[in-house]
Amino acid sequence: MNDFIIQCRGLTKNYGTKTALEQVEFSIGRGRIVGLLGPNGSGKTTLIKLLCGLLQPTSGELLIDGHTPGAYTKGQVSYLPDRMYVADWMKVRDLMGFFRDFYQDFDGAKASEMCQRLGIQEKDRIKAMSKGTKEKLQLALVMSRKAQLYLLDEPIAGVDPAARDYIMNTILTNYNENGTVLISTHLIGDVERVLDEAMFLKNGRMVRHQNVDDLRQQEGKSVDALFREIFRTEPFGGEYHGF
Amino acid sequence: MEWSFQDGLPIWQQLYEILRREIAIGGYAPGSKMPTVRELAAQAGVNPNTMQRALSQLESDNLVITNRTAGRTVTEDREILENVRRELARHQVQTYLQQMALLGYTAGEAAQLLIQEKEETP
Repeated sequence: MNDFIIQCRGLTKNYGTKTALEQVEFSIGRGRIVGLLGPNGSGKTTLIKLLCGLLQPTSGELLIDGHTPGAYTKGQVSYLPDRMYVADWMKVRDLMGFFRDFYQDFDGAKASEMCQRLGIQEKDRIKAMSKGTKEKLQLALVMSRKAQLYLLDEPIAGVDPAARDYIMNTILTNYNENGTVLISTHLIGDVERVLDEAMFLKNGRMVRHQNVDDLRQQEGKSVDALFREIFRTEPFGGEYHGF
Repeated sequence: MEWSFQDGLPIWQQLYEILRREIAIGGYAPGSKMPTVRELAAQAGVNPNTMQRALSQLESDNLVITNRTAGRTVTEDREILENVRRELARHQVQTYLQQMALLGYTAGEAAQLLIQEKEETP
């Protein structure tokens, strides 16, 4: 077993003439919860799609559990996309059947239990669900796999603050002990106390990657406050005076 | 016990302070079993690795003892517990005196006011 679940070296991704990621280098160990933080358009989703093999890098190297993304790594990685990807006509029961067929590591009993707690019935139609409920359902399914790496792209963006707490707790209590969770988000205040490490992406470059508690001690401020500082944008027209 | 955190201080240190206080005031009784790292982490809504770090610190303070088979228990050493309680009390007193000094009271006056307050409130 490789010490690192993710290793990236000189990872670059261009979309035509536009560079989405540039020379990104990092490694992540096992059993970690890592925040992938950055404003909109900083490259978070691109990085996650490269990690799960949905995109090919333009250059550089990327290894998951020592393998380049492919058939093997897809069996090890549980991915929550940033948008709804399941068919509307399905019932919860159909979707669970799908997961059972596709993934050997899917724990159906666990998924049923999580759905029950969320107040989702197996006979419920996905079409009739609110956006937040759909997100919770997808997360429950993704977390019910016994994966080595969970890639969660904006898992809390579309739900209310109370549901965010529930989701963060679901992630905390359900990832398997040797599994690593990578969470991309710009809602840092809501995830900060759950994270081991924080990675900051700015314009496709990794500007910081550090243990969260070390960062808080070193900077004397929260990750949220540091984020606001790094990514402050001057408002259009006139000087910025604060509020 | 409330799990709330301030900005700018490592979370593990704040967890350590919260747990240390709880042990000192008997919230976790001497000799009793501590919840597991995972249980505590879920209660506090923090990462288990962070909670682990706080518990390790409590261990090196001898406030909790790890048994290979029985998990973690709170120390039964009354002296250790009393020392922690004293230290916490001392911290409170220092804070009080500092605040009173800012208002222009000497330590003696501050103490007098404290006794007076106690006598006036039933």
